[in-house]
Amino acid sequence: MIDTHAYDGAPEAEFRDYVALLKPRVMSLVVFTAFVGLWVAPVAVHPFVAFCSVLFIALGGGASGALNMWYDADIDAVMRRTQKRPIPSGRVTGGEALGLGLGLTVIAVMMLGLAANWFAAGFLAFTIFFYVVIYTIWLKRWTPQNIVIGGAAGAFPPMIGWACATGGISIESLLMFALIFFWTPPHFWALALFMKEDYHKAGVPMLTVTHGRAVTRRHIFGYTLVLAPFAIWLGLTPVGGPVYLAVAVVLNALFILGGWRVMRRNEDAAIADDYAVEKRVFKLSLYYLFLHFLALLVQHWVGTW
Amino acid sequence: MPMQTEHELHRRRRSRNVGLGLVLAGFVALVFGLTVVKVRQGDLMEAYDHQPRVSITPLEQETPAAQEASE
Repeated sequence: MIDTHAYDGAPEAEFRDYVALLKPRVMSLVVFTAFVGLWVAPVAVHPFVAFCSVLFIALGGGASGALNMWYDADIDAVMRRTQKRPIPSGRVTGGEALGLGLGLTVIAVMMLGLAANWFAAGFLAFTIFFYVVIYTIWLKRWTPQNIVIGGAAGAFPPMIGWACATGGISIESLLMFALIFFWTPPHFWALALFMKEDYHKAGVPMLTVTHGRAVTRRHIFGYTLVLAPFAIWLGLTPVGGPVYLAVAVVLNALFILGGWRVMRRNEDAAIADDYAVEKRVFKLSLYYLFLHFLALLVQHWVGTW
Repeated sequence: MPMQTEHELHRRRRSRNVGLGLVLAGFVALVFGLTVVKVRQGDLMEAYDHQPRVSITPLEQETPAAQEASE
């Protein structure tokens, strides 16, 4: 049988192409941390309102993902890992992604305001603005510290969750922010060490390219040191407790040790064993964040200080 | 053999239509659920509507002078 195509070029988009625009894997992190922030807050929230709030925070995160893909389509088209994304592959036009991103932003912010409160909604709007304008449009292509600043956008969700319950900001939510904020650079730089993406060709200044790999290794270790006190401090606040503190002490010791090992290696040793240590530290960093927030949930369940 | 065979294009379009339909239905369910929860929680359901109404004005603290006058 002869298969004829009415049009040349890329096929029409399916529903899942629009879902892919929302970066579902990033959304899963947003959902989890926002939920923990909301749930451990001292103000009880009706479960359905909590569910809706987390959903709309995630939708806001998805909207910023779509706006990011709209603006970064030129970078995505150059780098191998991202060439199959909906816009560079031609299944979705840039204008559609922009429209979807802006539309979902409005819906997510308005609905979060109606479901929870308008402070949380304003915070969500600010987060989307920060991620799209400050990070994607401005800093990502301008400074090798882009990862550090972009990390702030990823660190806001637990604060928004907390704001949904309490209507404000407090030391616990700020420390949850710090936990993700200082965790992001070692996490991404460990990945950058062994992924060796063609960022240079795409015109994105990555620390590994601009300052070299030795500097990146030192930065990774430095951030694990900065991160640890904030993680422990969170355990001493009213949301903390013995379970969380025990988890935090073990994980931070492991993470600092990992950072130390990454720093002590040079590129030859890393190539010799195919970046085994870097890959292990990257995997550890995933568990690090997940287990910290899981420990907060467990601690809330068994009772805090 | 039927004249109209289904093209790949139709499958893709149907996936968009069904997906959007489910999303809209889910959104309606969500708003309805939120409404039920908010009403049950007894949140303020009256808003200001061009003229003050006693039912939505905040309770005033009685001043000592007013208390004396009422006694």
